[in-house]
Amino acid sequence: MRQFIHGIAENNHYQATHLLQILRQIQSRYHYIPEAAIEQLSGLLSIPRTQIISVIEFYSFFHLTPRGRYELLISDSITDHMLGKKDLLDYLAKKLAVAVGAVREDGLVSLENTSCTGMCDQGPAGLVNGYALTRLDRSSIDKIVELVNQQKPLDEWPKELFLVNDNIYKSGLLLDRQMEQGAALKSAFKRGVKATLAEVDKSGLRGRGGAGFKTATKWQFCSEEQQSVRYVVCNADEGEPGTFKDRVLLNSYADQVFEGMTVCAAIIGAKQGFLYLRGEYLHLYDKLQSILNQRRQNGLLGTNILDQGLDFDIEICLGAGAYICGEESALIESLEGKAGIPRNRPPYPVTQGYLGKPTVVNNVETFLAAASIAVNGGDWFADIGTEKSKGTKILSISGDCARPGIYEYPFGTTIQTVLNDCGADDVLGVQVGGPSGTFISNQEFDRKLAFEDLATGGSFIIFNSSRNILDMVHNFTHFFAHESCGFCTPCRVGTSLLQKQIDKIVEGHGSAGDVVALEELCQLVKNYSHCGLGQTAANPIITTLERYPDLYQNRLKEISYEPGFDLDGALTTARRMANRDDAGAHLAQTDAFGSRPVASLPPSLAVGE
Amino acid sequence: MANKIRVATTSLAGCFGCHMSFLDIDERMLQLAEVVEFDRSPITDIEHCTNCDIGLIEGGVCNSENVHVLREFRNNCKILVAVGACAINGGLPAMRNHIPLEECLNEAYLDGIGVENPKIPSDIELPLLLDQVHPIHEIVKIDYYLPGCPPSADVFWKFLTDLIEGREPSLPYELVHYD
Repeated sequence: MRQFIHGIAENNHYQATHLLQILRQIQSRYHYIPEAAIEQLSGLLSIPRTQIISVIEFYSFFHLTPRGRYELLISDSITDHMLGKKDLLDYLAKKLAVAVGAVREDGLVSLENTSCTGMCDQGPAGLVNGYALTRLDRSSIDKIVELVNQQKPLDEWPKELFLVNDNIYKSGLLLDRQMEQGAALKSAFKRGVKATLAEVDKSGLRGRGGAGFKTATKWQFCSEEQQSVRYVVCNADEGEPGTFKDRVLLNSYADQVFEGMTVCAAIIGAKQGFLYLRGEYLHLYDKLQSILNQRRQNGLLGTNILDQGLDFDIEICLGAGAYICGEESALIESLEGKAGIPRNRPPYPVTQGYLGKPTVVNNVETFLAAASIAVNGGDWFADIGTEKSKGTKILSISGDCARPGIYEYPFGTTIQTVLNDCGADDVLGVQVGGPSGTFISNQEFDRKLAFEDLATGGSFIIFNSSRNILDMVHNFTHFFAHESCGFCTPCRVGTSLLQKQIDKIVEGHGSAGDVVALEELCQLVKNYSHCGLGQTAANPIITTLERYPDLYQNRLKEISYEPGFDLDGALTTARRMANRDDAGAHLAQTDAFGSRPVASLPPSLAVGE
Repeated sequence: MANKIRVATTSLAGCFGCHMSFLDIDERMLQLAEVVEFDRSPITDIEHCTNCDIGLIEGGVCNSENVHVLREFRNNCKILVAVGACAINGGLPAMRNHIPLEECLNEAYLDGIGVENPKIPSDIELPLLLDQVHPIHEIVKIDYYLPGCPPSADVFWKFLTDLIEGREPSLPYELVHYD
C-alpha cells in the first residue's frame, strides 16, 4: 500500500490541491481510506492528518471504514421514487442479503442510498463503484446480484446495464447543429478578443446555473483585476435533483463546451482551466479526457493555440458526492482539495477565486452558448428570448410525462407549451428549478421560463394528480438535511429540524401549532443561513404551504398536541432490560390535555384571571 | 392581594442551575413575592400543582416520570415556559443520545469499572429511561422559551415582569447574547 500511495502522490506532484483526486483513487482501490494511508499522505502532501480526515468525512463517496468491494448506491431522487425505487431497493437488499446502509458480512458488497445521480430521465438509477446504472428493474437487479456474487470484474458486466441515453427531444438555437471543432476560436481570433467580449455582451447571455449573472460582465470584471494569473472553471457539478442537461452536453457537445472555456481564457487571459465534473458522471471521464487530448493534438489546447500566442489547458477534476460543491465558492474550495464549504462573498471568485486568483466560474451550458455566440455573433442570440432573458434554455424534463429528456426552448416559453411537448397529461404541478426552486400548481401554467418569472437551472419535474405533494416535500426536505455542509448553525440545525417537523406532520402526529412552528422555522432557515443551500432549503415547504394549505391542515389531528414520536416505544429497551411490563412501565401517546380538541382551549392565556 | 399570580417550577433532566440563577434576582424576590405566590416548586415543597398561571420547566425529558410531571404542569398551567438550554434542546443530558440506551445501562450497571453486584435496577418505583433525551416541546406544547445555560437572573426578571404587567414578553439582545 505504501508504494501505491506514494505512486499516486508522485503522479499528483505532491500537491495538496489534488487531495480529492488522490483520495478517489485510494477509495477506489481499497474501498475506504485506511488510517495508514492518511498518515502517509499527511507526510507526502505536508498537510495535517486532521485536514485529510475532515475532507474524507465531508464527501459522501469517501469512507473511513471499509465499504463492499462492490459498492452499490441507489439514487434517492424523487424521480427515482416515482419510478418505483423503494420497492426495487427493498428487492435488491433482500436478494443481496444486506441491509441498506450496511456492508455484507463477507465484505463483498455494500448498499446505500445516494442523492440524485442525474439519470432522472432513465431511472431508477444507481452507481456501482462510481459507474452509472440506469433503468433498473427486477430483471436487471437479478443480473447485478448474480454478477456481484460471481465476483465478476466490472468491465465484464454487460454494457446495457451502463447504457446512458441522451434523450434529446427538442433542439433549438444551441443543440440544432454540432459546431465544427475550432470554429469559435477561429472566429474569436479573427474578430479580436475584445470585440468577441463585446459580442458576448451584446448577446445578453446570463449564467445558466440558475442565478443568471451576466456572463460578459463577469468576464470583464475578471479581466480587469490587477493580477497576472487567472483561471477558468466550468461547473459541471450538476447536483440539483432533476437536472441532467450537463450530462448530455458533456456527452455529445463537450468539444463546444471546452471551446467556450478556451474563448473565455483568451478574453480574460487565463492559462489554466478546470472542468469540475460531479463524481456521479465518472462514466464520462475517459471520453472527456480523449476529447481534451484530441484538442491538444489539433492545436486547440496547450501552447500557442492556433498560432495566436495563447497558452491554455484544461484539467478535469472529479467531485466526490457533495451537492454543495455546485455553489461556486464551495466548488473552488473543493478544487483546492478541501471540504466544500462556501466562502464569504464578497470577495467574489472574479476577484479572489482559485488559490486566491481571479477566476471565472460558469455553468456548462453557459460555455456552450458562449462558443456559439463567438461564431454567430451577439445579435443571433439576442434576437431570441425575452427582454431580460436572451436566447434559449435547455431543460431537463422528468417525472410524469411520456417523453422525459432534454428540451431546448427560447426564454419566454410558457409552462403549458413545455407540458404539451413532452406529453404530460393530468398534471397537478411542476417543480421548476429543482428542490431549491419553486413548485407551481396547475393554475399557473401560463407562467414563463425566464429570469424575470420562473428562473431555473434546468430542472423540471412533473407531477400528475396521482402524486402526493407531501411525499415530494418530504423527499426534498430530507435531501437538504443530508446535503447541508454543516458550516453554519441555521442551516445545519435548521434543515434537520425542518426534516423532523415535516416528518411529524406527514406521519400524522401534527396539530395546529405544528404548522405555525414549521412556518417560523422556514423563515429562520431562509433568512439566516450562510449560503444559497440554506436560503432555499425551506422552499419546498414554503411554496407548497402557500399553494396547498389544506394538504397540510388535513394531516393535522384536531387535538392540541401530540409528540412526533412513539412515546411508549421509546421505553422498549428500558422495559426489556429492567424486565418490566407493569402499568408504570408504559406511557400513553397523549394525555387528557393533549387530546383535548383545539377549539376547547381557552382563547386567552392572560395571567391572573 | 387576593388574586396573586400563581407560579409553579420544576427541574426535569436538569441540574437546578436554572433555579439557582432564578434565585439570583436577589432582593427583587421580595418585590416578586408581593404579586406572586409559588405553587409546586423546590422552594415550597408542594407535591402537585393546581391551577397555576405560569409553569417554569428546567431540564429536558429523559424518563417516564419526567413525562408525567411535564404533563401535570401542562394540565395545570396557563402558560408553560421552557427554561434554559436543556429544556429547549435537551442540553448536556442529551449527549447520551449518540449512544444506544442499552450500552449506557450496561456501562452504568453491569460492565463499568467498580460496579459491584451488577444488576439492572427493576423496582417498579423507579421511572424507566426513554431511549433518547428530548426537549420538552417535543412532548407537550410550550408557550415561551428562555434561552441560556442558565438564563441570567435578569432574563427571569424581565420575562416575569413583562408577563405580570400584561406585556408580551420580549428579551432585549443584551440579555440573550453570550459572547
